[in-house]
Amino acid sequence: MKEYETVIGLEVHVELATKTKIFCGCSTEFGGAPNTHTCPVCTGMPGSLPVLNKKVVEYATAVGLATNCDITRDCKFDRKNYFYPDNPQNYQISQLYLPICRNGHVDIKLEDGSTKEIRIHEIHMEEDAGKLIHDEWEDVSFVDYNRSGVPLIEIVSEPDMRSAKEVVAYLTKLRNTIQYLGASDCKLQEGSMRADVNLSVREKGATEFGTRTEMKNLNSFSAIERAIENERARQIDLIESGEGVTQETRRWNDDKEYSYAMRSKEDAQDYRYFPDPDLVPIHITEEFLDEIKAKQPEFKDAKMLRYKEEFGLPDYDIEQITDSKKLADIFEATVAICNNPKKVSNWLIAETMRILKERQLDSVDIKFKPEALARIIELTDKNEINSNAAKEVFEAIFDGEVDPDDYVKEHGLKQVNDEGALRATVEQVIANNPQSVADYKGGKEKAIGFLVGQTMKAMQGKANPGMVTKLLKELLNN
Amino acid sequence: MDLLNLTAHELSAAIKSGETTAVEAMEAVLKQIESSESEINAYVTVDKEAALAKAKKADEDIKSGKLTGPLAGVPVAIKDNMCTKDMLTTCSSKILSNFVPTFSSEAVIKLEEAGAVVIGKTNMDEFAMGSTTETSFYGATKNPRNTEHVPGGSSGGSAAAVAANEAFAALGSDTGGSIRQPAGYCGVVGLKPTYGTVSRYGLIAYGSSLDQIGPLTKDVTDCALILDAIAGKDDKDSTSIGREKYNFADSLVDDVKGMKIGIPRDYFGEGLDPEVKEAVLKAAKVLEEKGAIVEEFDLSLVDYAIPTYYTIAAAEASSNLERFDGVKYGHRAAEYDGLHNMYKKTRSEGFGPEVKRRIMLGSFVLSSGYYDAYYLKALRVKALIKKAFDEAFAKYDVILGPVAPTTAPKLGSSLADPIKMYLSDIYTISVNLASLPGISLPCGKASNGLPIGLQLIGDCYREDNIIRAAYAYECARGEIKF
Repeated sequence: MKEYETVIGLEVHVELATKTKIFCGCSTEFGGAPNTHTCPVCTGMPGSLPVLNKKVVEYATAVGLATNCDITRDCKFDRKNYFYPDNPQNYQISQLYLPICRNGHVDIKLEDGSTKEIRIHEIHMEEDAGKLIHDEWEDVSFVDYNRSGVPLIEIVSEPDMRSAKEVVAYLTKLRNTIQYLGASDCKLQEGSMRADVNLSVREKGATEFGTRTEMKNLNSFSAIERAIENERARQIDLIESGEGVTQETRRWNDDKEYSYAMRSKEDAQDYRYFPDPDLVPIHITEEFLDEIKAKQPEFKDAKMLRYKEEFGLPDYDIEQITDSKKLADIFEATVAICNNPKKVSNWLIAETMRILKERQLDSVDIKFKPEALARIIELTDKNEINSNAAKEVFEAIFDGEVDPDDYVKEHGLKQVNDEGALRATVEQVIANNPQSVADYKGGKEKAIGFLVGQTMKAMQGKANPGMVTKLLKELLNN
Repeated sequence: MDLLNLTAHELSAAIKSGETTAVEAMEAVLKQIESSESEINAYVTVDKEAALAKAKKADEDIKSGKLTGPLAGVPVAIKDNMCTKDMLTTCSSKILSNFVPTFSSEAVIKLEEAGAVVIGKTNMDEFAMGSTTETSFYGATKNPRNTEHVPGGSSGGSAAAVAANEAFAALGSDTGGSIRQPAGYCGVVGLKPTYGTVSRYGLIAYGSSLDQIGPLTKDVTDCALILDAIAGKDDKDSTSIGREKYNFADSLVDDVKGMKIGIPRDYFGEGLDPEVKEAVLKAAKVLEEKGAIVEEFDLSLVDYAIPTYYTIAAAEASSNLERFDGVKYGHRAAEYDGLHNMYKKTRSEGFGPEVKRRIMLGSFVLSSGYYDAYYLKALRVKALIKKAFDEAFAKYDVILGPVAPTTAPKLGSSLADPIKMYLSDIYTISVNLASLPGISLPCGKASNGLPIGLQLIGDCYREDNIIRAAYAYECARGEIKF
């Protein structure tokens, strides 16, 4: 069989984190009863007119700068005309002729450690559509315009990716960059980041592209990987069988792990794009650009280098912490107080991640204060609480409302470091567990663990475990 | 006192001095509507009760000193493409025949704030597409000067209402001449301001880059006063422009000494009715006698204005009218089979032939493969036309010419030949393409008894020049009895 190469380009929609919609003052907040976040503008009432939300231009420019794009200093909005009830004007305000950003690129890391440049063709601003709700019992449909007019940017890559892994690396990079900018939370499951995959295959070494398809409805990285593998195989089968690939838009069904054709090129619509006469061209001034540039944060790559140099953390730790700006911010703030980078890192990577996963939260949802974490580290360093108690305190402060010292006091978690009190308990434990004592003395070193546990239990967890072990060994070895 | 023959500012003065009241004026207008509407058909909607209630409120506010402006208490009419809260707004189309807006147009709000009282909504060509007010779903409006003739359009209802004393003044909208041409045909004054001067918020769009709201009045003074009331920057309209000076009434000065007036030879060529030509040139003479410097010049590109206009306006209209689909408001076909069939039937039933023609034309010029050849080219010609005017205004303060090639045509004679109808816009549409202000006022009476209109065009933001010239001419001309 011939060897095939997969060629992939992505169209990524990102919902911007503005408080209000792109062309009116309505809230972008998720949820809300149908059609409660609406006004004459975002419901397409006759006579209403759009007014651009400047914050959208700020975010789009920031993302463009972060992805090495040229910023179009005079850009315009165009109307994309198509009839569908989720689109109240029957045209979407978007950008075709003069998108705000062009000719960018991001570098992704490949598995072998090398980097690859993925080029960005353009980034444009546009409005989201409303949502149709079909009532299957009554055979009617309803429209909810709460999402209508929510600002989006569409990031269009060049066909530079060759595998699902590269696609995921590219998306991860975009997501991380945009999250660092605070321009979006980029949640695939909730639809604030959506990727359409344009894919074709060709024989290895070929210079011409094959016929491509566009895959929609990809709601997770794993769905994207599965869809890419599936589509690659499907296209190779078609080519091998001599049938050939049809240019079309397909929809992925992740439960059934297959895709079906939505529309082919033949019934592709003519969107009759033209500049929206209700909006004036946007001129991006030097001052505006300087302002956005000054506000750009230190991104992941730069942070990683610095963390290595400044804190000497292991690569794994650095990778994990810088994966989210929120985590990195908390890390830096906590280290600034307690000056113990490795311990802070451990708390963030182990306990924080565990709790987030358990509560199905994202790192942006973290509420605890760096001061509180620093204090827990200090308390353990001074042997005032033991590590089990520390975990309990951390769980308590996680929602940001509890003070660690108060919690330790209220729950009597202060570690017993008084050797006299400990010695009495340890002697009692030795007397009560002759079998384990015999095992230990007979050479079973592990038996000491049981005795430590018994002592801790007797002390209600408040004993200093190091001290307990030391005392046990001392008494047993004598 | 013969209230109906007063101008708006005369009426307001009489109300404020206690000689009459806003309610009496409204009652007089409503009585006039009752007697002549069956013949004229200037209105789509008249809400008597609301109008009288608002007039009563205006009287109270005048008495309490809250309302002191020159339009306080004046009954006015609004073209039916401007949204009026809780009042039917149809664009004279079946597709909006049941549409009641939830908000009012910015221009209407400002006019009401100035104390004017809305009588109702005037008839128009459907979606402002037409030059005769014959494309209305509600039937044609007749020219009050001769009811066998059209009033012009698309603001024909507004022009006819003012001419027939069914309103003291009215608002119209002008995309290619839709205020100035019916004003000319009906023998009233109409002004299209510089693009961006009056907010378009609440104006149901036809050609968004060309549409502009303006007054139709009995005299130049009323025209300036209404413009004062409705002009202003509006944050809700991105194309609205803040201006340094708004006091248009300051330009009501009877003095044109030294004013440079250019007469484009291109406006006096083939197709111009000799009677119209004579009356317009006579008006130029009047201004010259008052001290203006009048000379002829070549404007150029006049022949390109019509195809350019119909390409751009139709393109924008094809998109602007997409929202009328039966989903959210307006007419929806009673029976249909699925979504696409609902769209098709609703729009086939809801739009009249002229609207359909322009939607098709506009969709065609925007379609893939034709965009560059038609729409983009039209935009380039538009820029050239603007340049030609820029050059003219480097030399002249005002450009003077006719409003239309003829007086008002007979009812039923225009729609059969749409191209001919489109050609009659030749003197007005380039003003919209170049975003300029233009005023139209009566300058004579043809042998058929119909009014002849004079058009004065100014440079962008120079309404002061055309108002001054129009006012000076009006003072010299005296009254014309139609």
